[in-house]
Amino acid sequence: MKNYVVIGNGIAAAGCIEGIRSTDKESGITVISEERHAVYCRPLISYYLENKTDIQKMNYRPEDFYQKNGCRVIYGKRTVRIDCASGEVGLDDGTLLPYDAVCCAAGSSPFVPPFDGLDTVEKKFSFMTLDDALALEAAVTENSEVLIVGAGLIGLKCAEGLSGRAAGITVCDLSDHILSSILDAECASLMQKRLEENGIKLMLGDTAVRFDRNTALMKSGVKIHFDVLVLAVGVRPNIAIVKEAGGETNRGIIVNDRMETTLTDIYAAGDCTEGNDVSSGTKRVLALLPNAYMQGYAAGVNMGGGSMAFDNAVPMNSIGFFGLHAMTAGSYNGELDEERSENGIKRFYIKDDRLKGFILIGDTQRAGIYTSLVRERTPLSSLDFDQQKKTAAYTAFSPEKRRKKFGGVV
Amino acid sequence: MTARAKRGGTEINMKRVYVNEEWCLGCRLCEYNCAFANSGMTDMAEALKGKTIYPRIHIEGDDKISYAVSCRHCTDPICVKSCIAGAISKEDGVVRIDKARCVGCLTCVLVCPYGALAPGENGVMQKCELCLQNSCGEPACVRGCPNRAIVYEDRGEAE
Repeated sequence: MKNYVVIGNGIAAAGCIEGIRSTDKESGITVISEERHAVYCRPLISYYLENKTDIQKMNYRPEDFYQKNGCRVIYGKRTVRIDCASGEVGLDDGTLLPYDAVCCAAGSSPFVPPFDGLDTVEKKFSFMTLDDALALEAAVTENSEVLIVGAGLIGLKCAEGLSGRAAGITVCDLSDHILSSILDAECASLMQKRLEENGIKLMLGDTAVRFDRNTALMKSGVKIHFDVLVLAVGVRPNIAIVKEAGGETNRGIIVNDRMETTLTDIYAAGDCTEGNDVSSGTKRVLALLPNAYMQGYAAGVNMGGGSMAFDNAVPMNSIGFFGLHAMTAGSYNGELDEERSENGIKRFYIKDDRLKGFILIGDTQRAGIYTSLVRERTPLSSLDFDQQKKTAAYTAFSPEKRRKKFGGVV
Repeated sequence: MTARAKRGGTEINMKRVYVNEEWCLGCRLCEYNCAFANSGMTDMAEALKGKTIYPRIHIEGDDKISYAVSCRHCTDPICVKSCIAGAISKEDGVVRIDKARCVGCLTCVLVCPYGALAPGENGVMQKCELCLQNSCGEPACVRGCPNRAIVYEDRGEAE
């Protein structure tokens, strides 16, 4: 019998628990959950505000998940250290938990720049957790003017979620285009148009520098009145516990394909990690739900005594606003090949006979066929890519490849 | 008879829908039979006539070849692991979607290597669930294929 400790209780933790149980059905698992909620679908917090889901449906797993998997969950406590010498994890109340293996699935935290006067703002929020969403729900009324700082995935999903609840929503960002981490300027302008058509005001190339109660002073000198402030400038991986224990970290906790950190018996998974991105060949923080689950699962299998590599991770995002969808995957570091239609734009980035990445906006049908070309590093000379880029389909592949894909159990 | 394997006391459906592309005529009857079987209605004309259909099986092809594509019910389904709403699960060998939980984010479309998922009429995702829970009870695409190009059989190793 072993003792497994899982630090965190998000999607990576759920993957880890299921991974452990695929190989070790007996040993004890202790889960340390700073949030006082069972594992929930974190990306749904904006859909909650939009009334597209409810708290019950946001549960990621059935109510008996922990019980069925033999987990003890410690809610409302924070992990403060891993002591590798004694083999113990320490919590903020002094509890020491002996471990045989640990998975650090501590996630990330909102980054809040030190704005002048932020302490004078009464109603200010981040948008990362269910509790953030519940607090926003309580604070925003139909008369509220909402200012969101940050036009990235989090800030804009928050804007969409609040759009039916507030009098006005303004989103500002220092970047000259929205979603700058995943879209180029032209694709971003299509999405920006959709947001503006739906009443979201955007102030780009400008950001708040100082606050005075209900007023934001912008870099441009403009003053904006607001009732509710949301700070969505960015997030930072929670690396401190592993870093202080002596593990290698960069922006995230460095892991290999088995999700091992540089410390013996210490694994890490999810938004706190920096793992291999096969599309760029570099280490990257891949803070997205599918990777969190798959990393967590691989970590769990290895902790439980099995062997599993998660060796085809790529960055990817599917995000929609007011019915317009964008999908992106991989890296944009090759030669650009573009397809345009009345439905949207497809941009493919090709290097060394491989599809390295893509941006699709509007026309996203069967995009997974493109994603698998990126993940599997399929030589483009092995298919008719000119046909494939117009319409994603298996007709572009050889009959042999099709038979392999569709003729047996996969 | 349904081929089933036992695992941990539960029966697992090992049968899948397969298409023989040499025999597929590209007539799209499978698409209509699929849409009807999942319509919940008893009259085919009433269910489909004059309407845009949203089948869970799709004919693709060119002037030389055609074949039908539907969910492979993968051994290790990436859609299940990727769903941000926890709406997709695999039970007894069948990948299913809980439509009440789906928020229409399309992450499953982004990850499915077969292009087997598409949104239905209301933007909520739908996929082939082998007609096991609708009135047909067995894949309607298979039952209605005039050239027997689509079959429902067990070709695999146990999972």
